[in-house]
Order: sequence, then C-alpha cells, then structure tokens
Amino acid sequence: MAVLHTTNKSPLQTRDLESCLRLTRPGCGILLLEDAVYGALKSAEGSDMLAEAAKDRRIYVLGPDLAARGFTPEELIAGVTVVDYGGFVDLVAEHHHVQAWV
Amino acid sequence: MKFGILVNEGPYQHQASDSAYQFAVAALAKGHEIYRVFFYNDGVNNANKLTEPPQDDRNITRQWSALAAAHNLDMVVCVAAGLRRGIKAEILAPGFNISGLGQLIQAGIEADRLVVFGD
Amino acid sequence: MSGTQAGEGGNSKVKRFMIVNRKAPYGTIYALEALEVVLIGAAFDQDVSLVFADDGVYQLKKGQQTKDIGQKNFSPTYRALGDYDVEKLYVERESLQARGLAPEDLLVPVRVLGSTELSVLMEEQDVVLSF
Repeated sequence: MAVLHTTNKSPLQTRDLESCLRLTRPGCGILLLEDAVYGALKSAEGSDMLAEAAKDRRIYVLGPDLAARGFTPEELIAGVTVVDYGGFVDLVAEHHHVQAWV
Repeated sequence: MKFGILVNEGPYQHQASDSAYQFAVAALAKGHEIYRVFFYNDGVNNANKLTEPPQDDRNITRQWSALAAAHNLDMVVCVAAGLRRGIKAEILAPGFNISGLGQLIQAGIEADRLVVFGD
Repeated sequence: MSGTQAGEGGNSKVKRFMIVNRKAPYGTIYALEALEVVLIGAAFDQDVSLVFADDGVYQLKKGQQTKDIGQKNFSPTYRALGDYDVEKLYVERESLQARGLAPEDLLVPVRVLGSTELSVLMEEQDVVLSF
C-alpha cells in the first residue's frame, strides 16, 4: 500500500512541495490542500515540476480549497485529480499512512 | 476505519483547524470512526471557550464542541502545551478534555490512520 | 511482545512512529514540542525514530547559546535521547549539504541518509508525525 502525502503551502512561497517531491517515491499519492493548490495551476511558475511528478505519482487537489481561492479545475495542469473532503477521506483510507509536509 | 486527527495550529490564524474539522465531518459522514482528535502546539487554543469571533464568522471552537456532542468525539487538549498557553480546565469549551501527550501516542497506536493538520 | 514488558502506556502493540522535524529551533516552538512527543513516544515502548530534514537539521547544530534571546537551550536533550532508548536519528544528506553542514557540526551522532534512502525509510513507518 502506498503512502499519501499532504502539503498545504504555495510552492511560490515556501519549499515544502519541493521537499515533498524530493523525499517521496514513485507510486505515492500527493494531496495539495489549502494554499498548496496554487502550485497546480497552469499559470503558476514551477508547476511544470509538479506536472513532471504527476507522471509517476498520483497528484490530487482539494477542490473546495481551489474554489475558495477563485480558480477552477480547468486551470490546473494536466494529470491531476480534483477531490472533495469525502475524496480526501477515501484517499487516507486507501493509503498505508499519511505524511504531512507542514 | 478508525481515524486519529492531530491539530497543531490554533483557530483563525491558519486554516489547519478548519481543514481538520471538514475532514472529520466528511469521515463521519462516510461512516468512519474518529478515535480521537488531539490538539497540540497552538492547536490547544481551539479549546478556548472565550473564543468570540464576529457574528458573521464561524465559531471554530463551537463547531468542534457541536461535532463532539453529536458524535461523542474524544477531543483531547495536551496538558503541557495547554498550560504553556493558558488553556486550563476553567476555560475549556464543552467536549474538550485535558490530558497528556500519551493520548496522542495512544491515538497513533489504536487508530488505523493518524492525519496531521498543521502549518 | 508480552504485556509484562509494556511501559507507561501498557501497550502490547508496537508501531513504527517517525517524528519528522523540518523546522529550525527557537524561531518557532515546533522543534521543542516535537522533542516532548519523542520522549513520550519512547515511554510508550514504541519504535520511535527521528528525521531531521530541511531547516530541521539546524536543531542539531553544535554550540547553541540561547541566553541572550531569553529562551531555554533545549539542544542538550538530543544528547540524552539514548537514555530513553531513542537511537534512530536520521539526517538527510541533501539538507545538510545545502546548509554547508557536515556530521561533525552536529551535537549527536546521527545516520546521514540520501533523500532516496530516507524516502524508503519514511514509507516503512506506521505513523508519521510532522512538526
């Protein structure tokens, strides 16, 4: 069973997502919530790094956080999946454990 | 499945407590069990019954209290982190209890998953 | 494991707990309060390990002198972790290098692991507590 990682900060502001990507392995899941959702926007500088990671990891974006910030799923890079809180719960249940990159 | 939840930030300053709350609501709606919600670091401030946000804002402390009442949740505030920040029995909102860090470790042992909400 | 050896918590279950430290000391309280979790985890006879990555490696820097900022220097506690049977301390090599630090700059003996090795170790845990 793979591991689910969560990260909650904008990669334009902190390096948490960078560390998360450096210290995780192919096959894991990464859920972007709160300000981390900005990192998955096509328009965001550096989102190509996440698009690259999406090739061998499953990247999820918490939809309610995206909507709250005025963006839509259409504005996200390809290869990411939008989930709601129920989906977040399912992801936690489906993975071996959860690691937060706070 | 049994979930443990760790909340490491206080209300309002960070979204952590809101996210943890939404997660807990969704987990319960799906029929999961919340083994315990543990409040640590500035997260202990979520238990302060003197919390009084403007009327058009959510009352995070009251939300947790209501959820605990509706689902018989075990909500534990770390005694050491609480004392450090003035969170004592006399200002605890309903549903919150003060206990030791051992309750966090216990949650890690007994719950199927422990989810950390911090900043 | 039989119940007779159980510690304070009286637990028969042993899980792999990893405390991940990614923040520097003093600027925020996370490092100090994470250390308190480590000590309790050890008292519960769990398989506890600590990781120091990113600015978390600064927690282990030798020579911390906190008198003039009015905070307690809690760094000697890392040296006492062995007394609590907490012996698995891991530091990420890339984080050390990025900060111009070497293992000799740290106040305790640690195992230095590359990011790939460390990511494998993180996947092998049961409970990860991040501070």
